[in-house]
Amino acid sequence: MLTLDKLLIHQGGFQLRADFQLAPGRKTAVIGPSGAGKSTLLAALCGFVPLQGGRILWQDQDITDAPPAQRPMAMLFQDNNLFPHLSVSQNVGLGLRGDLRLDAKDQAAVAQALHRVGLTDHRDARAATLSGGQQSRAALARVLVQHRPLIILDEPFAALGPAMRYDMLDLVAALTQEQRATLLMVTHAPDDVRRIADDVVFVADGLAQPPQPATQLLNNPPQALQAYLG
Amino acid sequence: MAERAVEISKRSGIAAAGFVAAVILAALLAVLARAEGAGLGPADWAALRFTVVQAAWSSALSVGCAIFLARALARRRFWGRRAMITLLGAPFILPVIVAVLGLLAVFGRAGWLNDLLGLVGRAPLSVYGLHGVVLAHVFFNLPLATRLFLQGWQAIPAERFRLAAQLDLPAPVVAKVLERPMLRQVAPGALALIFVICLTSFAVALTLGGGPRATTLELAIYQAFRFDFDLSRAALLSVLQITVAGAAAALALWIVPPLAFGTGKQDPGPRWDARGGVMLFQDSAVIALALAFLALPLTAVALPGLAGLMDLPVSVWRAALSSLGVAALSIAVMLGLALPMAGWIATRRTGLAEAVGLLGLAASPLMIGTGWFILINPWVNPMSVALPVTALVNALSALPFALRILIPAFQDALSNFGRLSAALGLGSLAIWRWVIVPRCRGAIGFAAGLTGALSVGDLGVIALFADPGRATLPLLMYRLMGAYQMQAAAGAALVLIILALGVFWICDRWGQANADA
Repeated sequence: MLTLDKLLIHQGGFQLRADFQLAPGRKTAVIGPSGAGKSTLLAALCGFVPLQGGRILWQDQDITDAPPAQRPMAMLFQDNNLFPHLSVSQNVGLGLRGDLRLDAKDQAAVAQALHRVGLTDHRDARAATLSGGQQSRAALARVLVQHRPLIILDEPFAALGPAMRYDMLDLVAALTQEQRATLLMVTHAPDDVRRIADDVVFVADGLAQPPQPATQLLNNPPQALQAYLG
Repeated sequence: MAERAVEISKRSGIAAAGFVAAVILAALLAVLARAEGAGLGPADWAALRFTVVQAAWSSALSVGCAIFLARALARRRFWGRRAMITLLGAPFILPVIVAVLGLLAVFGRAGWLNDLLGLVGRAPLSVYGLHGVVLAHVFFNLPLATRLFLQGWQAIPAERFRLAAQLDLPAPVVAKVLERPMLRQVAPGALALIFVICLTSFAVALTLGGGPRATTLELAIYQAFRFDFDLSRAALLSVLQITVAGAAAALALWIVPPLAFGTGKQDPGPRWDARGGVMLFQDSAVIALALAFLALPLTAVALPGLAGLMDLPVSVWRAALSSLGVAALSIAVMLGLALPMAGWIATRRTGLAEAVGLLGLAASPLMIGTGWFILINPWVNPMSVALPVTALVNALSALPFALRILIPAFQDALSNFGRLSAALGLGSLAIWRWVIVPRCRGAIGFAAGLTGALSVGDLGVIALFADPGRATLPLLMYRLMGAYQMQAAAGAALVLIILALGVFWICDRWGQANADA
């Protein structure tokens, strides 16, 4: 259980509040107009943006001041999710050990993750040579070996075409299920929400609202959400 | 964004900056302690005046001419333009003594220019004194200023020139609305940078200046030290030198533009203005004159050099080996200092540590040399450590440039991959290994190449320390020139050019390898 206890984020003139919990195993979409603070919220949860107030709790443990790597999250950003000059398996291996001294068990884990995302044939290719879809798969393979209870996605598939994006979302859904992880992802597309999300966090006007069941919310949107969805 | 930054080399960066400051301050304290005595005589004030006057002339002429050359290069497309812009980078790594030899061959007493003047029955010109020093400084700094201005021109968005073309604005209006605002931004920094460089220039003054009317402070330190062995006067002059250069450098720190030494990857778009005949003639003349000014001296060294190459004295090869050793050591020291410093500065918002690097530019090599001579003299024979001291001082002189090359590259790598590294919990060693070195190889190789080339060609502190048996190649060349062995000097010059460019090329190549990611 991830608890956002009266979070307050301040950046320049921008302000965002959040006060809710994420139940384990749920897949939650974060939606809202651009500039509302979706990415900032995720970055704050992962420890990249300092909080002005409030606490973040994981299983009742305070992780508000923990460095990013010591939090229970694996995060994918909008871009720069791979080191382009390293090979695919090096990129995945970095999810296990920063010095890349992988023992047999680690190497097996890397191989298995690459197999799971269908990149076994590309394990020695430099990340820069991969297509956009393959890069997303490689990044997901690293999320797999990181084996964190929370998977946080900040629109990493935004640059992909619709078919490819759906592929990735299905893959994410399957991986989340397999790992019994909790998923929190930013998206712009109501289709994505319908496809993958159990719950929705709507961010607007300086507030991240508590999660609500996705279908119910999309079928019967309140006024602000309706304005956003158009 | 108020974001938590990764820390990659805070402790070692502070240690390196502290080391640099300590080396310079220890030298300064040593000279301060020795700078007793009668105060400054009229000759010393003359040296101060000459130092400032020549630096002012040099920077004004370099920048003034560079504006016209850069404008011509920015708005003309011709065959060999890229090559010429690359050539503009060469004087920066060209050994000063080689360039002086070339300038003498063209403008000297028995040079090509005086041959021409003799043909039309004019009296020969002398290249020694103020105009010789300024000429050599312009030779070195005109290309540097030109490249700074070219960057400025390239920074003007192409759309603005398209808009100007669509509105059919005449050249004077284009100059007023597009070019002059850029020049006003770049020119003060270029002036300041070149002024500081010329303040501490030694080898040019040593070879083309001298005498009561053309002695710089740097040269006066050398003469007090070497000829009169008057340590306290050398120390006094050193204090004067660092006061002047330090004040100028502190001033320059605020206005010196970022240095990009690359060739400029993208070719600028076409230009539609300044198509008139007068403008075209003017630009062509400027480019041709600049090309002659820069290329003729080099040719004048290379041609007799090839002949001299056949029978070089053995001492040349021994000196060449020493120079290579000094350069290698100097690259190692520079990297040992600049990498942690750049790593530290790149994660901070203010450029405090960059100021330490700039201190290396202000603190004259001869001041540091004099100071350390005083410090180590009681313990070891300074002659025996001439080469390591030279390497250290060379590394310090290259440090400001190295930092200006490295820091933007580091900042770029960290802004792209800092979050990912933090998310993966990479330690600072892993960040160096997986992020910084591979991403910034080009910048690191370039900084190393620049340091190596400057060090191979440096004629400065080595002149203070060296005994007859121990010389670097530039010093040996200076001695050969002093003995009027011009053929051998030209041969040595050619070897020196090849070494300087070779060291630069090897390091730069290392940086370019695998740089396609």
